[in-house]
Amino acid sequence: MGGCGVSGAVDTATVTAAATAARTREGCALVTGASRGIGAAVARALAADGWPVGVNYRSDVDGAEAVAAEIRGAGGDALAIRADVSEPGAADALLPRLADEFGPTLVLVNNAGLTADNLSMRLGDDEWDRVLETNLTAAFRITRQALGSMMRARFGRIVNVASVVGVRANPGQANYAASKAGLIALTKTVAVEVARRGVTVNAVAPGFIDTELTSDLPKGADDALLDAIPARRTGTPEEVAACIRFLVSDQASYVTGSILTVDGGMTA
Amino acid sequence: MPETVTKEQIQTRVIDALVEFGEEREDVSLEAKFEDLDVDSLDLVELAQIVEDEYGVELSDSDMDKLETVGDVVDLIAGRA
Repeated sequence: MGGCGVSGAVDTATVTAAATAARTREGCALVTGASRGIGAAVARALAADGWPVGVNYRSDVDGAEAVAAEIRGAGGDALAIRADVSEPGAADALLPRLADEFGPTLVLVNNAGLTADNLSMRLGDDEWDRVLETNLTAAFRITRQALGSMMRARFGRIVNVASVVGVRANPGQANYAASKAGLIALTKTVAVEVARRGVTVNAVAPGFIDTELTSDLPKGADDALLDAIPARRTGTPEEVAACIRFLVSDQASYVTGSILTVDGGMTA
Repeated sequence: MPETVTKEQIQTRVIDALVEFGEEREDVSLEAKFEDLDVDSLDLVELAQIVEDEYGVELSDSDMDKLETVGDVVDLIAGRA
């Protein structure tokens, strides 16, 4: 099993006995919004490192079951698990079930996110609330509930999927930007609170990644966007997943409170 | 969870927890103050979680604010366990 997937592709490698042995901790990983896109790629990557994975979905049960089946087919362990993370009871719907199935959640990837774009003058309360609730508040609530077990285990990995939009302006996305900037601040504060218990908390800030979230841009906007990206291409979910896989690994145990930007140079 | 838990058992558990957090056992007397012991809010939060998990006693924020010594914690748990 190699290190970070420098070729860009994290294949669903067969989970070798070595990987499982290397991950000696009794516990599992939860990836929210893992039925597709970055979340699905992260679930596969963590499973390849030996983690049993809770593949959370809100409504795309087929997508989540497919990811879980693919992981199991490769020799890993996974459970598709339903919850709308924006609901206050989401942590209660997820963590105890995973604890019964795999043991305590020691790796949490807060990836579930959505957009509801509009210029600020026309952005409605519902659009604002929905995005903040799913992208930021949900991450806080699940983090709050997961920390106890991580602290007792003297090991934890929390990775929040933020965005370059949390750092640089993007007209039409005030709600999304605020939620991602909030996620970055949340990352740093929680990291500092729990660092001495062996729990690291980091964020990745993806740029323009090829997923359904970014697929419905008008053609003209596409070209303008590529001009703004030094790498002159969009990124893949696997390239983001490889970074999260590293942050979750034992090698990253001295990395905490940091933001890893994955944007092909866009915001450099 | 034991049906009747004695104050001595609670005291031992609390002291064991603080030693686990890095305190020297001989420093952790009932009169020892948390601020003198270098026990901070994160340690107390973890202690509260242990107390809840093992004795079913929930500590509210106002409870926690009033805890100054090791003995305070033992008394509080013993009163509610």
